Amino acid sequence: MTDGVSLTGGPACPVPLSASARVLLGHGSGGKLSAALVRDRFLPRFTNPALAALGDAAVLDAPDGRLVVSTDSFVVSPLEFPGGNIGTLAVHGTVNDLAMMGATPRWLTAGFVLEEGLSFDLLDRILDAMAAAAHADGITIVAGDTKVVERGKADGLFINTTGIGIQSPDFRPAPDRIRPGDAVLVSGAIGRHGIAVMAVREGLRFDTTITSDTACLAPLVALLRDRVGDAVHALRDPTRGGVATTLNELAQASHVGIELDERVLPVPGPVAAACAVLGLDPLYVANEGLLVAFVAADRAEAALATLRSHPLGAGAVRIGTSTDAHPGLVTLRTTIGGRRIVDTLPGDQLPRIC
Amino acid sequence: MKYLAEYHNPALAQALVERIRKTATRRWVLMEVCGGQTHTIVRQGIDELVAAQVEMIHGPGCPVCVTPLEQIDRALHLAARPDVIFTSFGDMLRVPGSASDLFQVRAAGGDVRVVYSPLDAVDLAVRSPDREVVFFAVGFETTAPANAMAVYRAHQLGLTNFSMLVSHVTVPPAIGAILDSADNRVQGFLAAGHVCAVMGWREYEPLAARYRVPIVVTGFEPVDLLEGIAMAIRQLEEGRHEVENQYARAVRRDGNLPAQELVARVFEVVNRQWRGVGEIPASGLALRAEYAAFDAERRFALGNIRAQEPAACRAGDVLRGRIKPHECAAFGRECRPEHPLGAPMVSSEGACAAYYNYGRARLAAAGSA
Repeated sequence: MTDGVSLTGGPACPVPLSASARVLLGHGSGGKLSAALVRDRFLPRFTNPALAALGDAAVLDAPDGRLVVSTDSFVVSPLEFPGGNIGTLAVHGTVNDLAMMGATPRWLTAGFVLEEGLSFDLLDRILDAMAAAAHADGITIVAGDTKVVERGKADGLFINTTGIGIQSPDFRPAPDRIRPGDAVLVSGAIGRHGIAVMAVREGLRFDTTITSDTACLAPLVALLRDRVGDAVHALRDPTRGGVATTLNELAQASHVGIELDERVLPVPGPVAAACAVLGLDPLYVANEGLLVAFVAADRAEAALATLRSHPLGAGAVRIGTSTDAHPGLVTLRTTIGGRRIVDTLPGDQLPRIC
Repeated sequence: MKYLAEYHNPALAQALVERIRKTATRRWVLMEVCGGQTHTIVRQGIDELVAAQVEMIHGPGCPVCVTPLEQIDRALHLAARPDVIFTSFGDMLRVPGSASDLFQVRAAGGDVRVVYSPLDAVDLAVRSPDREVVFFAVGFETTAPANAMAVYRAHQLGLTNFSMLVSHVTVPPAIGAILDSADNRVQGFLAAGHVCAVMGWREYEPLAARYRVPIVVTGFEPVDLLEGIAMAIRQLEEGRHEVENQYARAVRRDGNLPAQELVARVFEVVNRQWRGVGEIPASGLALRAEYAAFDAERRFALGNIRAQEPAACRAGDVLRGRIKPHECAAFGRECRPEHPLGAPMVSSEGACAAYYNYGRARLAAAGSA
């Protein structure tokens, strides 16, 4: 890669077509347009020695500890939403999966499937957001790939990222470490990301002050590791399917029951309002910067104080307790004192008729 | 969200529960008509809080659930046509027809789109002049004004590529049919607040008088429902049978007159089949002759599509309040939300789905309810 390459194309670029404002099929040809695309738009933003070598693969120094690897593909419509875009998600989504294993995220690879006709202005905003998100959390994008498909064959662009992190030997949260009696904590408000995206979706636009909660959770996890340590039994980020789906997965994986208290669920007013209108349950709405923690009961207050000491965890609350009473089931005590099961859904939540 | 918080207020709810417990000298049988109310009751565990004072029977007021199977099959037939863009509210997509559902039709290439207002379907027809846009008009009186408005607008715009598959039903004839049935156990009704916001409650007054049953127009939040139950039980204890309005913040006796006028201009009252219940006289709405051009059944000649309900499904008994959902042999076994035999297991407002999703039977089985 070369420093000082013009990002605006024009005089600095010998190939006239690259002045196009949009992605062309030729940008996926492997020829000069492809090279210019990578050189002008990707490398300047993601610059680092491993990437700059432009080899067939990145070469990394092996660290101490165990490597944790996760991959995730990102398809979101619309590509931009209040609080972020698909680029922010592509970083946060994958590094949060590493963080939930107690790992410190270090490296990312990124594959891009671009649709012919995607505007470069939009692509630039997405890449800027990716670079900023990675930089903010000390993560290096060490390898990448771009492909271009015909118009109509992708929804603007798809991104796949693979992340690598390092797990320390004395902090390994996992579902099988959950015990009856553990406190169930969430780090903040429930349902923001899903509602923010729905509010700008074609055919369903509505006004809301809600922004996506998309954020890198690694700093919160580092604080928990340093101050609460082994008493943190399990961590999970409740993305697609929301808090309810995540808790069901954990209840089944750990063979414990989980009891929630509806009165203390941190659902922001605008999320509750949008859900009430659309007939949705905020417990099933996606989050992208929220974690659920299972913590030994005697360390629950310490874990809450730790979460609340960081801006990302300022709204942390205890929402329930694990129990041996009904293994695999998640139950909820309702605001008015009733009781019900919180199940997984067969598919997406469907907005109701009236 | 002051409004939401107030109507979930635990202290207020507890006070109402106490009032119901003090008022009732025996156990009464009430029916909440509307599926939205069923949803809140089961989700919040309201019926369990007052189980000693009242048995709640879950009424037929889920529009998804009472849409006849053959109407679903007609929708599937239309949605599969290459010239059709089939538009629907989201919760109709998973309702099983005889052989398939709208999700499967879409996966097989049908152009099925979720809209949030029938007027969006009209806009789509304007933007897609070379396609036929069909809207699946399902619902009670609540959705009828917007659907009437869509037809009226399409008429004004002179659209020739917009039509509606209409399966509209109305509440009062269903209440009459329930009260007329020989094995009826219902002693009082919670009428659906949203329906009455449109229609008012004048048409319920003859029902209350003729059948000597209390009818309380009731809202949808937990405190609304507890208050509606308390009002109905007080009437029963005092031997009264009146129409009362719990949902005063949204409902007036006359309802929304301009909305009623629009509905009457576009639709006429017809006999209508209710899934699982059968035909109820004068219980449905169909497009008037002058709007026949917008009637998908006529436009696409769908009259020859007929269907047979699956034998194992006892949706009719559930919708008439004869059995509770979990008393059906198929419940939770061959009939589950991801593989529903009948519509009440599909819609979030269906009684079977509410029982399944909120886990009544499983909680009891786990021995900790």
